[in-house]
Order: sequence, then structure tokens, then C-alpha cells
Amino acid sequence: MIRNVDFYLMEELLEEEEKIIRDTTRRFVEEKVLPLIPEHYDKGTFPTELIPEIGKLGLFGITIPQEYGGAGASYFSYGLACQELEWCDSGLRSLVSVQNSLCMYPIYAYGSEEQKRKYLPRMATGEIIGCYGLTEPDAGSDPASMRTVAKKVEGGWVLNGNKIWITNAPIAGLAVVWAKTQEGVRGFIVERGTPGFETPEIKQKMSLRFSPTGEIVLEDCFVPEENMLPGSEMGMKAPFSCLTRARYGIAWGGVGMAAFCYERALEYAKERIQFGRPLASFQLIQQDLADMLTEITKCQLLVYRLGRLFDEGRASHVMVSMAKRACTMMAHQVTRKAREILGGNGISLEYHIIRHLCNTETTTTYEGTSKIHALILGRHITGISAFR
Amino acid sequence: MKVVVFCKSVPDTETRVRLKDNRLDKSEIKYILNPYDEYAVEEAVRMKEGGKAEEVIAISMGPERAKEALRSALAIGADRGILIKDDALDGSDTYVTAKVLVKALEKDGLEYGMLLFGQQAIDGDTWHVPGQVAEMLGLPQTGSIIKLEVDPDGGKAVANRMVEGGEEVHEMALPCVVTCRKGLNEPRYPSLPNIMKAKKKPIQEYSVSDLGFSAEDVGKAGALTEVLSYALPPQKEAGKKVEGEPEEVAQALLQYLKEEIKVI
Repeated sequence: MIRNVDFYLMEELLEEEEKIIRDTTRRFVEEKVLPLIPEHYDKGTFPTELIPEIGKLGLFGITIPQEYGGAGASYFSYGLACQELEWCDSGLRSLVSVQNSLCMYPIYAYGSEEQKRKYLPRMATGEIIGCYGLTEPDAGSDPASMRTVAKKVEGGWVLNGNKIWITNAPIAGLAVVWAKTQEGVRGFIVERGTPGFETPEIKQKMSLRFSPTGEIVLEDCFVPEENMLPGSEMGMKAPFSCLTRARYGIAWGGVGMAAFCYERALEYAKERIQFGRPLASFQLIQQDLADMLTEITKCQLLVYRLGRLFDEGRASHVMVSMAKRACTMMAHQVTRKAREILGGNGISLEYHIIRHLCNTETTTTYEGTSKIHALILGRHITGISAFR
Repeated sequence: MKVVVFCKSVPDTETRVRLKDNRLDKSEIKYILNPYDEYAVEEAVRMKEGGKAEEVIAISMGPERAKEALRSALAIGADRGILIKDDALDGSDTYVTAKVLVKALEKDGLEYGMLLFGQQAIDGDTWHVPGQVAEMLGLPQTGSIIKLEVDPDGGKAVANRMVEGGEEVHEMALPCVVTCRKGLNEPRYPSLPNIMKAKKKPIQEYSVSDLGFSAEDVGKAGALTEVLSYALPPQKEAGKKVEGEPEEVAQALLQYLKEEIKVI
């Protein structure tokens, strides 16, 4: 039923409820989602009927207190859930990451009591899916250069601008949009149906195809005063605090995806006979498997420690950058090796490996590219910023 | 009415079984709640949700890790747990297990209306304990049910069980014992909020002496059966491939069936 890559016996370091959360998530994705993915990935569609089921399981709002409809679990548990979701698919994990870290978190952390009561319980069930508008066509790694503006008018704000590469945008019931005001960048909750708010879908992606991606187009979009996040008056600090949480989940996800591909490659190498013996008996394959297990284990230790520090309030955003970069790059290398071990079958969606490999092109790019995270680390190490 | 569900912590179905010193090598095993017990927990929780049970109690005998199995039952919706844990219990057979479980129910002072089990545990696979418990308590019992209707006010339960070519319908007076299997219900995935709530639900622990037993009554000393040895199933030999024209293949196959494995 459930097998985990666990060479360093990390099972012993988990609490009872953490194991149950991990195993429940795994069972759900393995039984209910994985069988659906090849066809949807092929077509570039997402089965929205899964959303209420994900909500029922409590995967939306994992760290949000139960009084707002969340699960009231730790960030460590959130990490484990992300790991298992991405064991299945990066797009599935992205749906959950965005809802948790980029939408429910800012409403919880920077929203008014009314906003929390109004939105969080409905987001926890999946009735409302959120999306997060930060990246723009000309503002990617440098989000502070955003052009989207919010102008103060009577009773609210008028938003103008374009956001791009927005996960969940086409299916979202609301967007948390970041825009420049005279006092600095602020967050706004924009509900679907607001005049001047459109979310055209981005088609022809060759990665993250099990995840709807779109743009957010804001044209003289009026947002009432009560939809501004009142606690977000701190420039880029608020949007970055959301990204830190999402990146944290992506790091865990990289471990899950790599574990999936390693397991499948190992199984295949044992069964596939060439020259009268299994692939696994060849030294070159054994070296690949040794590298894969070593790299996965290193990253497991990284996210384990990071998760504990996160819950103690001691994880810095630089630590998160290190884990996000290391785990997604590791996942890229491991999925690449797995793809090679599976030979021709490695490129078939039926075997799932090529899908994970293609997804790493996104996970090493979004939420801060591997290079930007290297520069964040470099700035921390040297005290000299290479980009500002 | 209170409903008791018996839970066992068993190795995951993906476990690669290894032997060490003529016993199961437990060093790398991952444990789960016995899958058949999930049907029993689900059924009990549905009885509570349907207003037919006021409390669901999950009970287990086992080492510390059995708490995880109980915690899973609590996450599905059981209200509280009972764990009988003692080093002296190591090596107990099914008779000792049943005896200890019965004593724990008595010690707890539970006034139960129904006792639910999984029909078998996927590790030992003896199917013994439910019948033994029913016998010791003098309760009616039926097994491997696929449908259950309970009438607490009328003091009876009606259970359907699969038999060769049909179904049997059993009516029993409460309290009674039933064992559950696939087909009875679709166990839910415990939700994250319920998993977190389960963390706070109480698990009462009893030792062997709490139940009035001495070390000789339980474990290997108290057992009526003894395991003489464990053996892994023989390794599968490579299959035989017969190639050629259909007539030749058929001839070769016939010869093989007649002369080598002698089934014809």
C-alpha cells in the first residue's frame, strides 16, 4: 500500500499525527488522482471535480486554525502533505500550495477579522479557489518593479495592470493581487465577477500541464475598501512572506517527486532484462541508483530540519531559498536519471516519469529561479547583493 | 449504546518480509492499522453519525506502536482508545490476546452494545480473536458481513454475510460480535482537521497487572499454541517457454502436463 524511500530511518522522527497525515495524503492521491493524470496531462486539463474532495480531506488551509475552517496543523505537516501531493504531480501540489500559502495565509496573516470570517472557511472547503497575482510580464525575479497600480478613490481602489503565469487563475473565485499605491505595495482581494477583472488561460504549456495557469487582466477594476488587506502595509515584506511559505512547500514537493521516480526506476531496473540479466545488475545503472538515493536522502534531511525550524519560528527565508533550490534541482537530476533508466518507456505518460521531469522545468523556475535563490544565498554569505 | 472496535497494528502490505532468529525481522517494517479493521471503525463511526451509537471506543493490545493504529481509528472518528501494553505480552497467542481484551473491557466497565472486528488481521491471518472473544463473553457472533442494520431500541442487529452462491441473513440479540470485510462500506480518508482532533482524544493504557494477570498468564507462558518455526514461501522458479508451430507447442504442453507435473 504505502512504501516510502527512507534510507536513514526518518520514520522514527515523525509524530503519530504526522505519519497519519502523510499516509492519508498518499492514499488519496494514489487511489483517486494518479490514475486520472496521464489523460489530463496529455490534454492539458484539470478535473475540477477533485477540488471538493481535496477540501473534504482538509488539504486547503492546513496551517489555518480550525476556527476558520482549517486543519490547525503544523508547517511540518504541511510539508509532508506537499511531499505526497507532488509524489503524485507538481500541478496538484501547486493547486494546494497556492491555496494555502499564497491565498489563505495572507488573508489569515494580513486580513481583517471580517475578511478571515468571510473567505477562509469557504476556501478551506474548496468552494472558493484562490490565485495569487504578483508576477508580471516585466516583473519576474524583480517583483518590486511591478507596474500594477491601485489608485485611491471614494469607497475603495481602482486597479490597473497585468499579472502573468498565475497558477489557478482560470478556476479562481478570488485573486490576492499585489499593486503599487502611493504608500507602497499593498494586497487586495479581488473577487471573480468584479467588472474589469479577467483571467485568460495560458495554453500550450509543456510543463505543469495538470494545473490551470492564466493571466490576470485588471482594467479600471474597482475594489471596495473592505477588500484591501489592512495588515499588508509593509512594502514587499507581505508578498515575500507568502512566497517563503510556498517555496518551503515546493522544497518538500521536490523530495516527493524524486522518491516517486527513484522507486519506479528501481523497480524497472530490476525487472527489465537485457543481455540476459536485469538492468539493475549493470554497474552504470547501480551508480545512477546510488546517486539518486543519496541525493534524495540528503534533501530529506534538509527539509526535515527546515520543517522543525519553521515550526519553532527559526527558519529564515534564506534557509528556505537553500532548500527550494536544492530540492528542485535534485528532483530535476533524479527524474532525468529515472527517465534514462526507463529507456523509451521513460517518455510515455503511462510511466509518469517524463511528466515529473517536465514539471521540474517549472519547479526550478517559479517562486524564484534556481539562480535567484543562489544569489539570495550569495548575498547572505558575503553580505554583498549581486542584484540590487 | 456504546460500540467497541478492536484494532491491530500490522505491517504494511508493501512490507518485504524477512526472518531473523526464527521470527519476523521487525527492524524495517512500517506499521499501519489493519485494513480490515478500517471497515469496522468506519461502520462504528457511521452508527454514531446515524444516532445509533453514543460512543465509539477503539481498543488494541500491542506495543507502543499500536497507539498509532488507535490514533488512526480516532482520526476516522472513534471517541477514545484503550491500549493494553506490557512487555510480558510478547509472544502471546490468539487465546491470550482474546483473554486480555475481554479483561480490559471488564476493567474499563464498559456497557457495550456491539463489538466490531476486522474479519482477519493481515499479519497472523488466523481469524481467531473475534470468535474467541465472543465465546468468552457468551455473545452471539457472525462474521465477514457486508451489510449491518442495528436497532438499539429493539435490542437486535441484522447482518448479511456472503456465502457460496448467495447471502445469509443473521439476526442477533444485542450485545453481539460481528466481523467486517470489504463490501460493508467504503472507509473514509481521515481528514486533516480530524487527525489533529484525534491527537487530543484520550487513550487509556493498561498493563498486565492492572488487569489482574501475572506474567505466567500471558505471553508465551500463557499461550495454548506454540509457533514451531517460520518459513518464507519457496522462491518461484522461472517459467518454461515453449516455442514453435501451434501443433508442436500443443504437443509439448500436453507432454509436460502428463509427464512432468502429472495433472493429466
